[in-house]
Amino acid sequence: MPFIPHTETDVRDMLDAIGASDIDQLFDEIPSSLRMSGLSAVPVGMAEQEINRLMHERADTDGRPLCFTGAGAYDHHIPAAVWEITTRGEFYTAYTPYQAEASQGTLQLLYEFQTMMAGLTAMDVSNTSLYDGASALAEAVLMAVRANRKSKSRRILMPTTVHPHYRKTAHTIVKNQGIELVDVPYCSAGGNTVPDSLRHFEGEDIAALVIQNPNFFGVIEEVDTLTEWAHQQGALVIASTNPVSLALLKPPGEWGGQGADIACGEGQPLGVPLAAGGPYFGFMCCKQALVRQMPGRIVGGTIDRDGREGYTLTLQAREQHIRRSRATSNICTNQGLLVTAATIHMALLGAEGLANVARACHANTRTLVDRLTDNACVKPLFNRPCFHETVLQFSLPLGDVLRPLYAHNLLPGYDLSKDYPELGDALLVCATETRTTADIELYAGHLNRIIDSQTAAGCPVQPKMA
Amino acid sequence: MSNVPVDLKYAKTHEWARVNDDGSVTVGISDSAQDQLGDMVFVEVPESGQTVSAGEACAVVESVKAASDVYAPVAGEIVEVNENLADSPETVNTDVYGEGWIFRMTATDKSALDTLMDAEAYESFLASESH
Repeated sequence: MPFIPHTETDVRDMLDAIGASDIDQLFDEIPSSLRMSGLSAVPVGMAEQEINRLMHERADTDGRPLCFTGAGAYDHHIPAAVWEITTRGEFYTAYTPYQAEASQGTLQLLYEFQTMMAGLTAMDVSNTSLYDGASALAEAVLMAVRANRKSKSRRILMPTTVHPHYRKTAHTIVKNQGIELVDVPYCSAGGNTVPDSLRHFEGEDIAALVIQNPNFFGVIEEVDTLTEWAHQQGALVIASTNPVSLALLKPPGEWGGQGADIACGEGQPLGVPLAAGGPYFGFMCCKQALVRQMPGRIVGGTIDRDGREGYTLTLQAREQHIRRSRATSNICTNQGLLVTAATIHMALLGAEGLANVARACHANTRTLVDRLTDNACVKPLFNRPCFHETVLQFSLPLGDVLRPLYAHNLLPGYDLSKDYPELGDALLVCATETRTTADIELYAGHLNRIIDSQTAAGCPVQPKMA
Repeated sequence: MSNVPVDLKYAKTHEWARVNDDGSVTVGISDSAQDQLGDMVFVEVPESGQTVSAGEACAVVESVKAASDVYAPVAGEIVEVNENLADSPETVNTDVYGEGWIFRMTATDKSALDTLMDAEAYESFLASESH
């Protein structure tokens, strides 16, 4: 049997049955201005030998720099067993298995992923993942608008402390559905969303408030007060969070009196390597009452007639193949392979292991900040507590400092000047558990030398606060 | 043969409508509809106070086989919803014209009810659909 099951005869028979002359005729109603005439930007095919060489050359251009950059994707240790097991034939598919009778192993793994995520976020239910943290937030916004039936406004409060890429992605996905994302400014001293700054929205119809915690600056938000405020206004609370941080911080399900309504985020820190921006995976959890509004696949556990445990996709009436245009999302698939890795990663680390990772990240970032701010030209920008990432302010042009650091094969942090020009020369830095004291000393040493060479007299030395 | 009570009005989308003494209209799905859908697992009811236009999808019945929209038979305002269906959606199967009602509404224009089918017309409609 050919891989493509439709022979020319099959196609002809089908066209004859519906009275169409050729396949092009089926697309007649689409104006030619909207049709792609071809994929001119795609080059001609290459032989295996050529593509191997090209890919090796590309790979060699990655100098494997020493990474102090986070900003949404984090350089964590991944035990070798994670991908060894993930790439076994039994697991090695990017696709979600539909067939319960043929896919019990994968379905059980996905069920355990959901259990782990629900536990980590302290929410009732989890789906089996979405594409990435940014699109998960966009889906959460759409879900909140559907789920908050008391609200008619389709307005979402979106603090500017939420990852700028997430905000852009959410805007792109929701703007044509009449949903308005309203910016909420942050406090310049704390780098957080101050609950008082929401006061002027009181009495207005708001569908949901987004809270990213830790926020894009690494700062811990006042999640309890913000959640309480939103619920008093009749708004839902969407948490966007880093799963590693949840091993230490209060999980979204426990924010305020009733907890966040939806928790989502980027799953990359759980066993997915940094790889030119992806593929990563998004996660989403919610309260039981909202589960029928949740997008994505959900695996349920059951017992068969002989009392044996079994797993199967469930609540599929939310999904596109059943609900068509009224499905909860037009994305009804997941990132199965990456979720497989994440599940094995979490299983290997265990709750205690994950908490140790989180503690080590926090400690290393504190050490990094202490060492870098020994230089009088560098200061912490915000005064609120951080998890494993924080903003440093430079009293000299940041670009002049970063260029030579790049040349030393170091990723010194994320330059905030494009996304937050009002912060001036501000750098978002992160040291995960993979950074050693020697790594931090190397960074500090390079930085001090570069700053000295650029400021003839050095910076005026001020005593550090004890 | 499905049960089609003569005191009710029917929509082509298989809702029944009962005009109550106070002029309000109670709405559910027909016996034929519940029979085709099979065992109900979830009913999403509208919001009380919601205004709906005739033919607007305002509730969802989900069975083990399918999920189906329930449409407002006439334009008006939802005044009461059957909260009991949240815990016992199977009532739609067991008592489709009684405790299995889905919502109660007021009709903006009472004469709009005349556009719905009576039992006889609905029975012929069902017969024509089954061919």
